[in-house]
Amino acid sequence: MQTEEVNLKELAEKALRKSAQYGEDFELEKFEVPKAAEPIKDLSKLDEESRKTLLRVGVVPDEKGRVGSLVMMDNTISHTSLRDENLELMSTQKALEKHEWLKDYSWKLVPVDTDKYTAKSYLENADGYFVRALPGKKAAFPIQTCLMLGSKKVSQTVHNIVIVEEGAELDIITGCTTKKGVEEGLHLGISEMYVKKGATLNFTMIHNWDKKIGVRPRTVIRVEEGGTFISNYICLKPVRSVQSYPTVRLEGKGAVTRLSTIAIAHTGSELDLGSRAIFNAPGTRAELISRTITTGGKIIARGEMIGNAKGAKGHLECRGLVLSETGSQRAIPILEANVDDIELTHEAAVGKIARDQVEYLMARGLSEDEAVGMIVRGFLDVGIRGIPEELRGEIEDTITKTALGM
Amino acid sequence: MLKIENLTVEVAGKILLRDINLEVGKGHTNVLFGPNGAGKSALMRTIMGFSGYKVVSGRILFKGEDITELSVDERARKGIGIMMQRPPDMAGVRLRELVRAASGEKMDPEVLARALDMGRFLDRDVNVGFSGGEIKRSELLQLAAQGPDFYLLDEPESGVDLVSIEQVGTMIRGMLCAGIECAGERYEKGKSALIITHTGQVLDYVQADKGYILCNGMVMCSGNPLELLSEIKKRGYEECVRCKLKR
Repeated sequence: MQTEEVNLKELAEKALRKSAQYGEDFELEKFEVPKAAEPIKDLSKLDEESRKTLLRVGVVPDEKGRVGSLVMMDNTISHTSLRDENLELMSTQKALEKHEWLKDYSWKLVPVDTDKYTAKSYLENADGYFVRALPGKKAAFPIQTCLMLGSKKVSQTVHNIVIVEEGAELDIITGCTTKKGVEEGLHLGISEMYVKKGATLNFTMIHNWDKKIGVRPRTVIRVEEGGTFISNYICLKPVRSVQSYPTVRLEGKGAVTRLSTIAIAHTGSELDLGSRAIFNAPGTRAELISRTITTGGKIIARGEMIGNAKGAKGHLECRGLVLSETGSQRAIPILEANVDDIELTHEAAVGKIARDQVEYLMARGLSEDEAVGMIVRGFLDVGIRGIPEELRGEIEDTITKTALGM
Repeated sequence: MLKIENLTVEVAGKILLRDINLEVGKGHTNVLFGPNGAGKSALMRTIMGFSGYKVVSGRILFKGEDITELSVDERARKGIGIMMQRPPDMAGVRLRELVRAASGEKMDPEVLARALDMGRFLDRDVNVGFSGGEIKRSELLQLAAQGPDFYLLDEPESGVDLVSIEQVGTMIRGMLCAGIECAGERYEKGKSALIITHTGQVLDYVQADKGYILCNGMVMCSGNPLELLSEIKKRGYEECVRCKLKR
């Protein structure tokens, strides 16, 4: 074993009991390591229930409009298919075997000792998806990946690496979900993404878990000069607890990022969702937008922008609606400027739907429920204007049902 | 069409309208004059049923039915439509979606918008960043989709430049009388309206049948709208109050 690996292993072992800074503390011992899952040859031959499950998180079983697919069931990569030679898509472990150089990307953005979840994922040698767009290439359609919890009371550990080489453009749709009947479990997901010079990564992630699932993503993105990272995160269904705080490091001149979050906290759900941009190079830009609704659950919307380089410009916007007596919304925006010539702003608002808005629509003949539905859809819509069109239907449907308490 | 009887209205514990009596017949267009803060908008909002406008006494009859206790949407569905002076910003709600919903999903927003030269507004968020004139035209587009029998128009000319006034005025005339020039025919087939106007500019475009002057939450006077307007221009509203006191 190389010294570096030994060091990381030591760090991880020491961190195995280290609680995360935020969110409910899950006892890892209470969850089993899943057994190997069966491979899936053809996604379109899955049973109807499974196909529906995939569709609900934007993963199309017949792969129409997608250049490639990867499905991870528990801790097994059970399906991989790719129809574009300008891309690479395989399991992270296979990629590490194939590319000697990939070790310089693995566990280089997310520290193994961040907390016990990263430590466990490292020590289990977690697998996941590896996606790479070759220099200057643009995929015609998105790649889709699905991370599915397939067994009860297990902890799924995932390690994803995405590299968009210089001048390349890539869209990824990732759906995270549970197989029907798997009510309880833990999902730990490490994602390290590299957007190189002049490259663009458009990343859409849809979470559709279940009432007793704990979710701990740990994501860091590095954007080089002139690169663009766009993220849309959508979490509309009940879940026990999601705590995530993806960090975008803008390391090259003129790098740009835009992170949007839309989420609904149902009764019993706790969503601690943040996003962070670190401006480490001149002329970098970031926009962090969050639109959240509680129908009885707890939401903490964090946002942080740290300006370390001149000419950086960022805007943070957290808006939260409270649609029930019991839910709670907390917005925590943090702005930090460490040099001059920086412009960071924020806007935060939490509260109920304005009565004058509801009545304005009612005066056009809409019932109160229809009016509230339209306002809520519009409220969340602002946060997802960048997502692929075909995902809209399901999302808008869920939003309407939630708004009307259906 | 609309009959208001001895209406007294309270807002935040304060009486804003006192013992109002007012009527708008079928196919008639009546006008409401009055200084700022007289309660003109409050009266319209009370007729529409907006919350915060508490009817202490009196009643509102629409098509012969007492609607004083009905909700906003019930009134809308009975045929009342309002053009608000300062409608709220509706971030995320696109005009296209609202126009379609207002027509009961029956009309194509594209066709309606084309007729009113509003096509480029359809994908904008309702009222967000709209200019004065754009707000008026968007309100009228929504009303065109809704197709009410009775229009409440709150200062259709305010905040609108001269070119837009022509456009807005013509649109309103089209909606109310659909090409009918004869007053007799209008009373049979036209739509009814109650219009608030400060400047009277809208009267260049619509034929008004009766005017009311509202001051301090009370009806001071009623009569021929053009005569009332010229009196107000000559002597101001103070004279109306004095005149009422004398009577």
